[in-house]
Amino acid sequence: MIGSLDWSTLQQLWWLIVSVVGSLFVFLTFVQGGQTLILTLTNDDNEKNLMVNSIGRKWELTFTTLVLFGGAFYASFPLFYASSFGGAYWVWIAILFTFVMQAVSYEYRRKPNNFLGQKTYEIFMFINGSVGILLIGAAVGTFFTGSNFVLNDYNLVQWTHPLRGLEAAFSLFNVSFGLFLVFLARVLGSLYLANNLEHQSLVGQLQVSAFNNLLCALPFLLYVLIRLVLMDGFAVDPTSGDVSLVSGKYLQNLLEMPLVLILLVAGLVLVVFGVVINRFMGSVRGIWPSGLGTVLTCLAVFSLAGYNNTSFYPSKADLSSSLTIYNASSSHYTLTMMSYVAIAVPFVLAYIAWFWRQMDSKKLSVEELAADDKSY
Amino acid sequence: MIEQIDLSLVNWARATFALTAMYHWIFVPLTLGLSFLCAFFESIYVRTGNEEWKKLTKFWMTLFGINFAIGVATGIILEFEFGTNWSNYSWMVGDIFGAPLAIEGIFAFFIEATFFAVMFFGWDRVTKKMHLFSTWMVAVGSNLSALWILVANGWMQSPIGMKFNPDTARFEMQDLWSVISSRVAISHFTHATSSGFLLASLFVVAVSCWFLLKNRHSLFAKRSIAVACVFGLLSSLFVAFTGDEHAFITARTQPMKLAAMEALWEGKEPTGLIAVGLVNPDKKPGDEQDPFEFSIEIPGMLTLLAHRRFEGVVPGINDLTFGNEKLQIEGVAEKIRRGRVAVASLGDYKAARKSGDAVAAERSLKIFNQNQDYLGYGYLDSVEQAVPSVPITFYAFRTMVSLGTLFILMFLVFLYLSAKNKLEDYPLILKFGVLSVFLGYVASQAGWVVTEVGRQPWAIQGMLPVTVARSNLDSGTVAVTFFLFLFLFTALLIAEIKIMAKQISLGPEGGKS
Repeated sequence: MIGSLDWSTLQQLWWLIVSVVGSLFVFLTFVQGGQTLILTLTNDDNEKNLMVNSIGRKWELTFTTLVLFGGAFYASFPLFYASSFGGAYWVWIAILFTFVMQAVSYEYRRKPNNFLGQKTYEIFMFINGSVGILLIGAAVGTFFTGSNFVLNDYNLVQWTHPLRGLEAAFSLFNVSFGLFLVFLARVLGSLYLANNLEHQSLVGQLQVSAFNNLLCALPFLLYVLIRLVLMDGFAVDPTSGDVSLVSGKYLQNLLEMPLVLILLVAGLVLVVFGVVINRFMGSVRGIWPSGLGTVLTCLAVFSLAGYNNTSFYPSKADLSSSLTIYNASSSHYTLTMMSYVAIAVPFVLAYIAWFWRQMDSKKLSVEELAADDKSY
Repeated sequence: MIEQIDLSLVNWARATFALTAMYHWIFVPLTLGLSFLCAFFESIYVRTGNEEWKKLTKFWMTLFGINFAIGVATGIILEFEFGTNWSNYSWMVGDIFGAPLAIEGIFAFFIEATFFAVMFFGWDRVTKKMHLFSTWMVAVGSNLSALWILVANGWMQSPIGMKFNPDTARFEMQDLWSVISSRVAISHFTHATSSGFLLASLFVVAVSCWFLLKNRHSLFAKRSIAVACVFGLLSSLFVAFTGDEHAFITARTQPMKLAAMEALWEGKEPTGLIAVGLVNPDKKPGDEQDPFEFSIEIPGMLTLLAHRRFEGVVPGINDLTFGNEKLQIEGVAEKIRRGRVAVASLGDYKAARKSGDAVAAERSLKIFNQNQDYLGYGYLDSVEQAVPSVPITFYAFRTMVSLGTLFILMFLVFLYLSAKNKLEDYPLILKFGVLSVFLGYVASQAGWVVTEVGRQPWAIQGMLPVTVARSNLDSGTVAVTFFLFLFLFTALLIAEIKIMAKQISLGPEGGKS
């Protein structure tokens, strides 16, 4: 069946696959959110270790999903990979730096003779959870605000801004998007930890923390949503492929793709619902509706950027250099082959879910940590 | 396509990639091998029910975890560096190269990530057998990830299964299976992973020898040595076998690399293999200087290595550079000439398409098609550019092979003494055991130096030189990144070594781990 799909269908399918991976990554940033909470929300080392060990059992999944997000983009939309990473150089290098810091921090943090000291590794985690997520948000924000690059006749990128991508962090929309993701990650981190820990007082604090962080996220979310429906968008002429600025393009996308509108609204409602049942109804299961809501919201955002004849990586410097899911994709053959490969994804998700359940069926307690000589 | 080539930028980009890759490869081989050793140890524990084997497993697992974390950290940089520092490459071959990287994520990284958590924290959360299964899966996942990245690297060394599309100005995949099943890719995978097994065995032997020298944890150390020596001996023999296969394939796919490995300037029949030699670093293609200051040659051995018989010529650097009619070798000068025709006709084709001149476009395309196999050569400035650094490749190859041979002997000796329970009677051998892991790292790095330096100036062998593959950055930007990475990786390496040393000194009884 896959073999008979035409190129444009495969391009749309792969935008969906990349969007799903990206959305799952945002859900999994509860790890990063948790990392920003350990310095402020804990009262002693026991509580700190408990939180680190809880999210520490999932950090690799988040990390791997980010790597897969990059790999899937590379395989399906290599022109984006080349243009964005090679062009917006400094923003990606900065993001990568924060993830390198994270990767060693769990394992090295409490090991004796660890050279940099426990506090340094905890600061590394905080930087990854705050600066790293902020910059990722700013980078994704450029899907709507545009970037400064030009492609030559051979599709080779030339960046036209001296800050090479860091300029994205000076756009209010991009920064708001980034800050929204930072606070969302903290919401998710609080919810995940509340669900995973056996520690009454800490769980109570986490329930409050989820709510407070949602309140912090709201102004940024509102600003992003309002700007999104009001801003000019980068529309693609389906016949000529020409890109032009169209007033209210993203609002138009929402109205012309009602499913996306439903995803967005349902997603946001679920995020809020998860926090509310945690805060006011004593539940610790809020991570699941909020997590699902995060995935749906992100899917809607990616859909707004890529579907309905929209440029997902527009160039402010040269509209004709803007990337669409049609001009940036891999060949028909490669997308077909990769689609066969992608059949494995549900099986991968299934075994991850199964082992997740096995590992998290029992809540993590201070007593268990004390007995575990392998704890972080 | 490329108006101006900034060699300083290219060299900084190469240096940054080499730095990242070499740091990454400090940690990866240990991960590849130690994961299997942990699985062996735990299997013995599950089979015997002996808690001492569990303690032993947990000790090596702790060291595995410390090493694994920093391997992951350097690995992410490596993947994204293809985009940041080699963006032209990423576009021009992303249609092929991106696939194995994505497949690696789906089929390998998630296995590692999922089962890593079970392996470390699941001792009391899953059944004993499920835990053992998870440990095995970490080993399988780690090695599967090596498979996919080495498939990608193998394709760079010997590109197949693709076609250049002049409209998109990139290479596009035609046959995924031929990319995956390429003999070069399989050879890379088997050689690199088995060298990882070997290195991990050396690591276990080294740490265990240190315990024996200090008269601590003797039974633990002897058990570890016994398992590691069996694994190490089998691995080192397999490394030799796959190395021979690798050289045989290199003779066909990258003859210039083989010639550089042997500092072979003039092909002859039969060709000898230089056992020991001091190369003349000033020798250039076409000059009359002696290639060696001093050398000892084993007659006919290179011919045997390259052809698996004692007849046949192995072409030298001068044959490959200037051509050899008798051997039907086209010289680099002619390839550069045709490459420049390909570059120019591609430009004409793009211009004609843009202006809507169909006749001119067709004419240019025809010329391009006749010369497209030489496209990459069109970006070389001189024939000398097609020759990699001979001294570096030559010495790195000898370092790798001689140490590899030494390790076979070493494992035999250790296995014999282990079987006789006489290891502690030979402190000098134990001291050599401790030293051996450092030699293992040297050999392992030398292998990659041969592979990567030996294929210069190509990012994609014969198709895409590094001068074209790089990103359009200024050299200062890449230089700053180089030093940032150097600082970060070195700091993390120091941390890793200090933590590892402490854990080893604490021993299997452990402290906080």
